[in-house]
Amino acid sequence: MTGQMTGARMVIEALKEQGVEVVFGYPGGAVLPIYDELFQQNEIRHILVRHEQGAVHAAEGYARSTGKPGVVLVTSGPGATNAVTGIVDALMDSIPLVVLTGQVPTFMVGSDAFQEADTVGITRPCTKMNWLVKDTDKLAETIHQAFHVAASGRPGPVLVDIPKDVQFATGAYVEKPQARTSHYRPQVKGDRARIEELAALIETAERPVFYTGGGVINSGPEASRLLRELVAATGIPITSTLMGLGAYPASGREWIGMLGMHGTYEANWAMHDCDLMINIGARFDDRITGRINAFSPGSKKAHIDIDPSSINKVIHADVPIIGDVSDVLADLLEIWSARGRKVNRPALERWWSQIDEWRAVDCLAYKPGTGIIRPQHALARLEALTKEMDRYITTEVGQHQMWAAQYLGFEDPNRWMTSGGLGTMGYGLPASVGVQVAHPEALVINVAGEASWLMNMQEMGTAVQYRLPIKQFILNNERLGMVRQWQELLHGERYSHSWSEALPDFVKLAEAFGCKGIRCDSEEDLDDAIREMLAYDGPVIFDCLVEKHENCFPMIPSGNAHNDMILGEAETQGVIGAKGAVLV
Amino acid sequence: MSPLNIEKGSSKHSAYDLRDPHAERLERHTLAIIVDNESGVLARVIGLFSARGYNIDSLTVAEVDHEGHRSRITIVTTGTAQVIIQIKAQLERMVSTHEVHDLTTEGPSVERELALFKVAGKGEPRIEALRLAEIFRANVVDSTLESFVFEMTGTPEKVDAFAELMRPLGLREVARTGVAALSRGQ
Repeated sequence: MTGQMTGARMVIEALKEQGVEVVFGYPGGAVLPIYDELFQQNEIRHILVRHEQGAVHAAEGYARSTGKPGVVLVTSGPGATNAVTGIVDALMDSIPLVVLTGQVPTFMVGSDAFQEADTVGITRPCTKMNWLVKDTDKLAETIHQAFHVAASGRPGPVLVDIPKDVQFATGAYVEKPQARTSHYRPQVKGDRARIEELAALIETAERPVFYTGGGVINSGPEASRLLRELVAATGIPITSTLMGLGAYPASGREWIGMLGMHGTYEANWAMHDCDLMINIGARFDDRITGRINAFSPGSKKAHIDIDPSSINKVIHADVPIIGDVSDVLADLLEIWSARGRKVNRPALERWWSQIDEWRAVDCLAYKPGTGIIRPQHALARLEALTKEMDRYITTEVGQHQMWAAQYLGFEDPNRWMTSGGLGTMGYGLPASVGVQVAHPEALVINVAGEASWLMNMQEMGTAVQYRLPIKQFILNNERLGMVRQWQELLHGERYSHSWSEALPDFVKLAEAFGCKGIRCDSEEDLDDAIREMLAYDGPVIFDCLVEKHENCFPMIPSGNAHNDMILGEAETQGVIGAKGAVLV
Repeated sequence: MSPLNIEKGSSKHSAYDLRDPHAERLERHTLAIIVDNESGVLARVIGLFSARGYNIDSLTVAEVDHEGHRSRITIVTTGTAQVIIQIKAQLERMVSTHEVHDLTTEGPSVERELALFKVAGKGEPRIEALRLAEIFRANVVDSTLESFVFEMTGTPEKVDAFAELMRPLGLREVARTGVAALSRGQ
């Protein structure tokens, strides 16, 4: 498609040329010309959300589960500002998004016009890059650039702000191959000398551990395949951050569970005691490291990351390797193989027997219920009943999120969508909408807490409108569980505003939305209720009433080291006293 | 009350205060950043510094390549060695950035600043100001019977020294451009 056309038409043509199949959006005055063009074509599907934040999270879910950039279309002013939370979320978790916003016409910019906001100013610190397009001739090229920037290097959200007169005006369309994609070409091949150095360390290490993150997922399926090959060939234990779950299968022999604040005992001890830490696509987040000066004191640290600013930001890297995970892993495997595929087998065997001792602690064990459903048990049953299925999981943020990470097993990448960096309550429901749009035949479950879920519950309307059979699995403890847990442990059990009063009847709410509601409050009925949810061909809100005062363990209290974990209630004895019982 | 062993230096009340503030030596570095000359690019650079808590001691910016739409931003900053490396990495990964040079570490460089000084006075102090200006090779760019405006280029230290000398002689105002810097040689 070449030649002269309106800016609005260019937007559609550029999206088509970029292979966009679906756009999540909400119309408004400043994007009406683009919506008019959307109306007159059938190639790009538009999903009408109920709130612009929902559009961005849905696009994140779409992007995370497909590996393709998610596309958002919203109007000026409040449309753009409502999108900001989602954009920051995508920035923190490195999710590729292209956000298109309408803007008041160029001749009104700066006049405090109706629904005007300084969108590029507001989003400058929370996008990877943004543009205000003042000239229709530059519009198509800018959109092509936007896709290039969003998806290359460390992925992230970009925003293109399009004034309404630019949408109406006619200009020359620039095709994708002709578009300047600027000088932006991040380094993907790692330095071979450094990779050689890492290979040599792998050969002699006595207590090595792989610490992998979301970068493996972002690098694509090949990265996960190479990681599995490397782990199998070396027999080195592997742990992952919240964002990296699924890159290595939970059923894998070398898997020692998630690490970090609510990671497993064995993973955190392995991190603390290792002599070689191989960080692949993770960023030493504070939820992972705990106290910096006590973080893995005796190890050499290799750090593979596509973003040079991640290297040495928090933790000094002895072997920094800047590059794309799949490129670096391919080179590492090649170099390590050429050197004879050696590891320090006797030392590794001793290391594994040490890890097995830590494993024997069985840190994820929980007390059996006494009729009341324990949230861990609810997730264990959900896992048992769905693990063979073509399943995608999204979550909200809080205790349920950590339990989902602990008790659900992820066998493949792109199956786990969660708000890790920003910790956005209200992420999960719209994200599940986006995932289901991308995978209409799959089972998509949002593991939620009732408080998070209420933050974007309007998106059930979207699910019903587009017949998206998403399952909302709400662990309802009538509390802001993680806030409550912190108040119990750190604030003298003063439960300041951390309970959910005046909750809706979720079953009636489901009916009001035109979908199915299921309530379950006993262990005995749980399996049948879950089966009923799975069998229903349509969206379901599952209100699972769980133990109200359950805490999430293991836990590294902030400011503590990896080997200083709380394993269970026994270690917090005396914390819940009579005073606390009265208060809650 | 709380069974958690939280050591001194980390906050009981925050999930985020996990770092040890180490008393490392602060270094002064001059960075030259070549960027696309497009709207918002300066805001992007300044925003990066403020968002991440880096210092800006001085900043100059102007287009240096009209054909190529390139601007050169010169920033003088202070921070620990680790922070300086981090600043450079953060600047380099910006999409609008073409090159980042740490002129302080990449070999010898020259730094110059232009400053204007308004000095008011009569009689002996006025003559003394003029005499000192000559020593510092400052030019008189404006004069009335009771004031001078001196123009001077030099290192920031030279500008500081001249300002100190002018203060008792009737210094009214100073305008400084901030540092412009280039590496020496080819």
